[in-house]
Amino acid sequence: MSGLLGRFEIRWHGRGGQGIVTAADLTATAAILSGYYAQSIPTFGTERRGAPVIAYNRIDRQVIYERSPVVEPDAVVVADPHLLINPKPLIAGLKSGGYLIVNTAKSVDEIRGIFKRDDVKIATINATKLAMDVLKAPIVNTAMVGALISATKILSLDPVIQAVKERFPSRLVEPNVQLIKQAYELVKVS
Amino acid sequence: MSLPGWKQLPIGAVILTPGSSVEYKTGEWRTLRPEIDQEKCIRCRTCWMYCPEGAIQEVEEPYKTKTGREFKLTYKVDYDYCKGCGICANECPVKAITMVEEVI
Amino acid sequence: MGKVLPLGGNYAVAYAVKACDVDVITAYPISPQTTIVERLSEFVANGELNAEFLHVESEHTALSVAIGAAAVGARTYSATCSQGLALMNELLYIMSYIRLPMVLTIVNRALSAPINIWNDHSDFMSVNDSGWIMMMSASNQEAYDEILLGYRIAEDPRVLLPVITSMDGYIQSHVVEPVEIVSDEEAISFAPKRRSWVTLDPDKPVTMGPVGDPSYYFEFRRQLWEAMKESRKVFDEATEEFAKRFGRKYSAIETYMLEDAEVAIVGMGSFMGTIKAFVDRARRDGVKVGALRVKLYRPFPSEDIARALSNVKLVGVMDRALMPGSAAGGHLHHEVAFALRQAGLETKTIGFIAGLGGRLLTMDNVKQMVNVLINYKDKTVKELPKEPIFIGVRE
Repeated sequence: MSGLLGRFEIRWHGRGGQGIVTAADLTATAAILSGYYAQSIPTFGTERRGAPVIAYNRIDRQVIYERSPVVEPDAVVVADPHLLINPKPLIAGLKSGGYLIVNTAKSVDEIRGIFKRDDVKIATINATKLAMDVLKAPIVNTAMVGALISATKILSLDPVIQAVKERFPSRLVEPNVQLIKQAYELVKVS
Repeated sequence: MSLPGWKQLPIGAVILTPGSSVEYKTGEWRTLRPEIDQEKCIRCRTCWMYCPEGAIQEVEEPYKTKTGREFKLTYKVDYDYCKGCGICANECPVKAITMVEEVI
Repeated sequence: MGKVLPLGGNYAVAYAVKACDVDVITAYPISPQTTIVERLSEFVANGELNAEFLHVESEHTALSVAIGAAAVGARTYSATCSQGLALMNELLYIMSYIRLPMVLTIVNRALSAPINIWNDHSDFMSVNDSGWIMMMSASNQEAYDEILLGYRIAEDPRVLLPVITSMDGYIQSHVVEPVEIVSDEEAISFAPKRRSWVTLDPDKPVTMGPVGDPSYYFEFRRQLWEAMKESRKVFDEATEEFAKRFGRKYSAIETYMLEDAEVAIVGMGSFMGTIKAFVDRARRDGVKVGALRVKLYRPFPSEDIARALSNVKLVGVMDRALMPGSAAGGHLHHEVAFALRQAGLETKTIGFIAGLGGRLLTMDNVKQMVNVLINYKDKTVKELPKEPIFIGVRE
């Protein structure tokens, strides 16, 4: 097992159509395959393509009782760079020592300049470019899962790939596994 | 008459005896009774069709009218169940059915 | 050990219904329907489940068809919520008083207006007099298990009542969690198809749903009262057997840290998990708080509740549906207060109304409730609030 000590909570920010809920589902599925207890929590509304979307994960070695949204995440994943225009809700509640994983062409230093937090680790990945190259579509969810597990080391690659195999139609498995592996390698953390 | 208590009644008000409504003689509800004039009746079956209670019976009983017309069938009223609604008399195309006062 | 799958509540329930080998599924497939029946229609289309799937034109028809299906002896299933359940209302009473078993899942949601399909218990509570056995789960695993329990209890010849199983909309229905699923053989062995009721059969004709005039109607109401009472015994047997076979023990109520609690929160559904997590934290700070979750709502476990709360000074009962015009505020508070009164206990109660129309319940909200309880715990009954306290509403 990889390095999950106690509770680990994740908040995903993206837009309708980018597959944020699926990303959270994949993460939970991989965590469950790794022997943990996990929840994938979508926010509940009238889903529209392009509208901002938030989803959450809770992962623990113990059974999780909470049913409320994650307020103080250990990691925040920003799947859409356009959301950086309004950085405040993205960083809200992020724990000191936590992770901020951003889909961006910018550098780690530039992102740190936006958020002005020295107490968190920042990871960047140009997931949109990777997704356009591999899928020919800006669906960045799987790349962001790869970046998340690479930066945080909460889960290893194998269960994530297994989760993709279980959840995706077979024609989409190979390109998404490729994306996850690329993002896993290319993410920059500091 | 003492009726069964809740423990004796079948579960969920299911009636387990088929055709038990036969035991319920509705004929006593009647005030007027239909009487069929076999001389006028043309055996068209209209009363049989319209009767809401199925109280008109089609009987295989030959009948010859005074004018010499012969029928193989005769229509009769089952007074055990006829409620005296008068629909048959109303529908009869030749006015062969009359509603007459029930004399008890 | 069965197979553990990551499942949202809707799919978990669909898997359980499949495992119980239902014969007829009937549903209206438009909002507020859920993916429970969508998944079941896939199972039927794939040949994984040998059942009739009937798409009908309304929830009213869905339950009408279900009555017909159960009447001929089919193991029958449907799911609905919110306005869909409201439209079923007329038929709910017919089903239970003809004493036909089936399982219906409510994915708890609010009732309009304003239009709202988010989670609360308004729909569930609106049918609490309909003569159905009613359970509410708090996890996806429990939502799955309730289906198995549901068929076993409903078809028991001592019961013969339809069963409502339920889970919170979105908070369970859309949240993915690990769920252990059992094999079809294990499910059927636990809840065998019993056909224990009188069915419509051309070879043995019967009449169902006749007129019950004033000289008969009352007796059938009395009959159902008894069946409902009897079902509690069957529920206890079923949960015990379930624990033996599958290792998960359910009971009519779930208590948490009540042994020495001065104050406690009573509630239903998945938010009780958040309350349990709060109790853990508060206990570390020395606050003597406990929690009680009501799982079985009909028949209502009054005696169990009174016993569990007998040493608590003040109980806050959290309702997630409103009973406008009632001093209790909510249905659960009404029931709990009566249970305590019947047991001759001094335990006081305060009603909380929380989380209506999908308003999320946070740890801060729980803290707010517990603080109210601590403030009032040593006050007399006369000094307690005369109305429910609304938690999380804007003034």
